[in-house]
Amino acid sequence: MEPIYLDHNASAPLRPEALRAFAAAAAGTFGNASSAHAFGAEARAVLSRARRQVATLAGVAPETIVFTSGATESNNTVFRALGSGAHAVVCATEHPSVLEEAAALRVRGPRVTLLEVGRDGRVDPARFAAALAPGTALASVALANHETGVIQPIAELAELAAARGVRFHCDAAQALGKLPLGLRAWPVDWASFSAHKLGGPKGIGALYVRPGAPFEALLRGGAHERGRRAGTENVPAVAGFGAACEAAGAALDGEAKRVAELRDALWAGIARAVPDAVRNGSHEHVLPHVLDVSFPGVSGEALVEALDLEHVAVSTGAACHSGSTEPSPVLLAMGVPDALARAALRMSLGPTTTRAQLQRVLELLPALVARVRRARAA
Amino acid sequence: MTERWLVAMSGGVDSSVAAALLARAGHEVVGVTMDLGSGREAAVAGSKRCCGLPDADDAREVAAALGIRHYTANYRDEFEREVVAPFVAEYAAGRTPIPCIACNRVLKFDLLLRRAEALGARGVATGHYARIDRAPGGGLGLFRPRDRAKDQTYFLFDLPRSVLDRVAFPLGGLEKRDVRALARELGLATAEKPESQGLCFVPDGDVRGALARLAPGDARAPGPIAARDGPVLGEHTGAAGFTPGQRRGLGLAGGPWYVAEVRTAENTVLVARGEELRASRVRVENASWLDGAPPEGPVRAAVRYRHQTVSARVRPTSGGGAELDFAEPVWAPAPGQAAVVWDAADERVLGGGWIAAAG
Repeated sequence: MEPIYLDHNASAPLRPEALRAFAAAAAGTFGNASSAHAFGAEARAVLSRARRQVATLAGVAPETIVFTSGATESNNTVFRALGSGAHAVVCATEHPSVLEEAAALRVRGPRVTLLEVGRDGRVDPARFAAALAPGTALASVALANHETGVIQPIAELAELAAARGVRFHCDAAQALGKLPLGLRAWPVDWASFSAHKLGGPKGIGALYVRPGAPFEALLRGGAHERGRRAGTENVPAVAGFGAACEAAGAALDGEAKRVAELRDALWAGIARAVPDAVRNGSHEHVLPHVLDVSFPGVSGEALVEALDLEHVAVSTGAACHSGSTEPSPVLLAMGVPDALARAALRMSLGPTTTRAQLQRVLELLPALVARVRRARAA
Repeated sequence: MTERWLVAMSGGVDSSVAAALLARAGHEVVGVTMDLGSGREAAVAGSKRCCGLPDADDAREVAAALGIRHYTANYRDEFEREVVAPFVAEYAAGRTPIPCIACNRVLKFDLLLRRAEALGARGVATGHYARIDRAPGGGLGLFRPRDRAKDQTYFLFDLPRSVLDRVAFPLGGLEKRDVRALARELGLATAEKPESQGLCFVPDGDVRGALARLAPGDARAPGPIAARDGPVLGEHTGAAGFTPGQRRGLGLAGGPWYVAEVRTAENTVLVARGEELRASRVRVENASWLDGAPPEGPVRAAVRYRHQTVSARVRPTSGGGAELDFAEPVWAPAPGQAAVVWDAADERVLGGGWIAAAG
């Protein structure tokens, strides 16, 4: 049985272009990019090319891109630089690498306002503006949510922040390569990216730092990345990241339309077969490849396992590292009742997803939902 | 015939081998490790729950080696509600609970059984040392395992008979040493893992310490240790956590003294000389019988795990209880423990009940 992978928000399979670039750099470009000799120069050239590839996809200038170990490090870097006594506004549905940093801030001193979202998962700009206070040092809102795929009105929020002199951070880990991005045009000060969400290697990501935005390095100990991120560069991973960005960018328009159609057909099929299924989050402002659905009366955890036994990989969206599941904090923050938050399934499509695969999911799902429901009632 | 079986994998050697045996028999095995959460970890470390479950990692490694699926199932709330909270409440009431029995009945053989059904599995297999086989009167029965030293039937006495056809104990016909040998032969990561002793959420065996962590609000005021006939002999630092028959930790002169009774309402521990603790009869409540009715005729019974069984008779009482009359007195029956009954041949579990009082 060919496995069907519908968990691209967790991690996407490595793109062939990324694998080639990664392998070539790993095999041939072993020099330290800080070295003066030809080996170092070759490594620098790989970094430079990849930086341009990433910057192009994000719609920013190459020199604004700092390579990090991933979006978690990028998010952490922004928050650790906040001085004590500052105030931060953070969206309640952010990724844990933002929320836990915000929680740590509370301990260190700065005040944090958790910004509520509506039942559709979106931030209300008026509410956002009201949360900004004199002395607010930072506002942080993800471009697209990691569980629901809901897209925030980032341009509008960033403008509101800029008008009040508040610095703005945007976690764009789930959005890069899925949406056309023109970050340069928005008053966003920092943005976080991850390679493996778009088919690059794991352990590599980037932080966009808008020219003129304050910056404090998280890792110190060398002039790598122009003093913004110390540590010998992971050249093969950076090369793979760059190649993945270029490939994703080339396919973006057509692919976004293709997966959106597949996703819409999947939802239509689910809604027909399981009439009480509830789609979570905005249907309009959502990444084209993400579908988050609650099946009333079902344990999402058990349904994920039942599908896995049929070789269909999906997620509840909220797995912790041990693999056991908590009710989705994102859905709870949206006001979804606890029982429905425990009954959620996140399906995230990708470049290799086909209509035939989704047809198979639609054949399996109703019976599995019924079985999990029956067992729970037993 | 290939069947899908859910195996409860604790991350120990026994459940690892149980999974291996079913897989070797050609079944499709799905390993599940229960994430039991804070009740357990608070008692271990006094710290907040973290995402890492080392035992689940061991189980996952074994599952990968066996080529089977493995999942971690979140039963934190259920474990807290059904096992840890009653454990605390029982001690607070002066009884001596056995949380493993509730964990078996509610978590492994109800919730996990439902999980098995949800996953389209035939049933739940565990690494318990017990056997399920044909019962003499027809249907299935619960029997002692081949390895008597590892016998866990005491902890399974209140399983409903209706679940037996959906439960498997693959180790029931093996000796422990064979289980270890098999684990080594298969190269399982858990082959040399030491035996878990006692309660999983009280791994150091310090019940009173665990109670202090699990129920920090409960008062642990000093109170008297008194002889049954009156004189105060010493002082304790909180009556909850003592158990009848206990000799250690009393610090009394002129012993040996044994705990006879724990009166938490009066914060008093009563002690006695050994012989007074023997009882010829216990009263049990919430009895359950695998054949659907209390056994008539002579049976074997034990009032604690690992106690030798003695000959007994069961007399049902009103309200779902029973009285057990022993042919020879048993040592220190403790309210809250189970009195478990086997057939006269001491092979098949007939059921039992929860000890309410001696005599």
